[in-house]
Amino acid sequence: MALLEVEDLAVTFHRRGTEPVRAVDGVSFTVAEGQVVGLVGESGCGKSVTSLALMGLLAKRGVTVTGSARFEEADLLQMSPSSMRDMRGARMAMIFQDPLSSLNPVVPIGLQVTEVLQRHRELRGDKARAEAADLLDRVGIPDPTRRLKEYPHQLSGGMRQRALIAMAVACRPRLLIADEPTTALDVTIQAQILELLKDLVAEEGTALIMITHDLGVVAGLCDEINVMYAGRVVEAASRRPLFARPVHPYSVGLLASIPRLDAPRGEKLTPIPGSVRDNIAWADGCAFAPRCTHAVEACVEGPPELTRTYTGHAYRCVNPVSREEAEAVAAPAVLPTPSLTEATPSEEESS
Amino acid sequence: MSAKTDRIDRLAELTAARADEGGHGLWYEAFKRLRRNPMAIAGAVIVLVFVLIAILARVLAPYEPDAQTWLGETSTATMTFPGARAGNLLGVDHLGRDMLSRLLIGSQQSLLVGVVATVLGFSAGALLGGVSGACLGLFGTAGRRVDAVLMRFNDMALAVPSLLLAVSVATLLGQSLITVMIAVGVTQVPVFARLLRGSMLAQSHSDYVMASTALGVRKSRIVLNHILPNSLGPVLVQVTLSLATAIIEAAGLSFLGLGGVDAAHPEWGFMLAESQQYLSGALRFAVYPATAIIVTALGFTLLGEALREALDPKLRK
Repeated sequence: MALLEVEDLAVTFHRRGTEPVRAVDGVSFTVAEGQVVGLVGESGCGKSVTSLALMGLLAKRGVTVTGSARFEEADLLQMSPSSMRDMRGARMAMIFQDPLSSLNPVVPIGLQVTEVLQRHRELRGDKARAEAADLLDRVGIPDPTRRLKEYPHQLSGGMRQRALIAMAVACRPRLLIADEPTTALDVTIQAQILELLKDLVAEEGTALIMITHDLGVVAGLCDEINVMYAGRVVEAASRRPLFARPVHPYSVGLLASIPRLDAPRGEKLTPIPGSVRDNIAWADGCAFAPRCTHAVEACVEGPPELTRTYTGHAYRCVNPVSREEAEAVAAPAVLPTPSLTEATPSEEESS
Repeated sequence: MSAKTDRIDRLAELTAARADEGGHGLWYEAFKRLRRNPMAIAGAVIVLVFVLIAILARVLAPYEPDAQTWLGETSTATMTFPGARAGNLLGVDHLGRDMLSRLLIGSQQSLLVGVVATVLGFSAGALLGGVSGACLGLFGTAGRRVDAVLMRFNDMALAVPSLLLAVSVATLLGQSLITVMIAVGVTQVPVFARLLRGSMLAQSHSDYVMASTALGVRKSRIVLNHILPNSLGPVLVQVTLSLATAIIEAAGLSFLGLGGVDAAHPEWGFMLAESQQYLSGALRFAVYPATAIIVTALGFTLLGEALREALDPKLRK
């Protein structure tokens, strides 16, 4: 049985004087034990709101959450606030986007790590400190006992994110939600953090929901991928089929818009026309239709149904992209980028 | 090759943590910035001198403040009062008492009232604001109601001009030094309450509160460990600024005759009040205590403003 089954999750924000906003509109997906599931989409597509709703971190006022999210036999959305608090940090934990603002600036790192250990594992004093140092060591922070006494501003960006990951995995949660954990970091640190997450997940068998807008991150890490647009999952598939043969025009557009090292000099990038604001409501048709190069009459006649192929590939489109077109953009994308050393051996030697 | 490795070595040197860089917190950083600010230094020097004078007043004062030693040389009818001279550096007042001694001893009263009133106002205000902020930020609908009730009363108190409030309290409680302290303290309560509540409210929406909530940390711990320490910065600044206000208000109260001052315990505000009758003959009777009040208040204000700048994360580097 799956560890987490999200069924028809919808989040609506109400504000006096304006139309209610449906940020998440019937999202369903499952996460199995030890699986890495990606939620991909551009800003404002509802991926962060989905994660906050699962963690029960959305404000109580002015927000309606419907649907269900079964996690270990219990519905996360129906749980009482106190049992939810016991669950958070112990059974499921979350890693946030900005490591600097997610750490308390006036409290040493050590106290923030031991706080979790004290709360869920009843560790106190020296025992908690030793375990905290152990945790920092496990996430690759050198000299952990000294780092425990330091304040967030004394750590580098990568260190901070490592400290936050240490806090999240302190109680060996079954499910980890990472909300764009590498966005605030530079590329080399990004790679290190992803490597760390991969290792932790593999060692402990923790399931991971990876929320990102970076298809590169997804390609290297995720088993299952859900592409979201305007609050709905528009395409869901395993990593290989999604990158080899994307079906939804939005996924195809995303893949086509990735800049390539092997592209000819001066070639323009191929963006998806328009912006996220050019939506129509899902009730009136496909929200992506106004920006879609494949749009047909049928797109705006009603909400597109989710089509599921026998291979488990699911998409929400009435006029999916044909195999030939998809392969034109997808094939180069999955080819390994020639590394600089292989491509230019002569230069390497001369330098 | 060497140029490249040199560069990398230098980079490593620059990025490596220095050995002496121990666990310094926000306050240490603020203190370092404070030391570089000339305004802060000026304020700190004034405050330090004022505090030293107040503590050592009995030792420093050349004469007893209520000894009418030179009464024979003064005449209120002809407005003749001995001015500055060898024995009395600031001259003699209308009752033949040494001005310098009276000013020095007067600083004790100001410091005492300023500190006690501010501590009173801070404690009560912080309690009120802390409870209000914690309720509003964390305890849902019921908490919002508690906060609304507390804050409406607070707003009422805030709407009354502070000197008027102090005068009313002082009149109600009768004339004494303790009355002045309470009266001045009461006027500070709503300011501290509002400030701490607002500050806590801002912090309760911060990312790290969300992050600790996501780790299942209890609300009480979040308030005590995360929200409160981060909210205290502006309140501390207000404490420094309040000391200045408290000193001025205490002087104002005794100027109005509500200070409960006697001859043995001179007070700057009361000295100012006494000087009114003799302004045409001896302007210095008013100038000395007024200068003392202004300089002291300026010292605390400079220090407070500099502290605010030092603690403001937006103004860093």
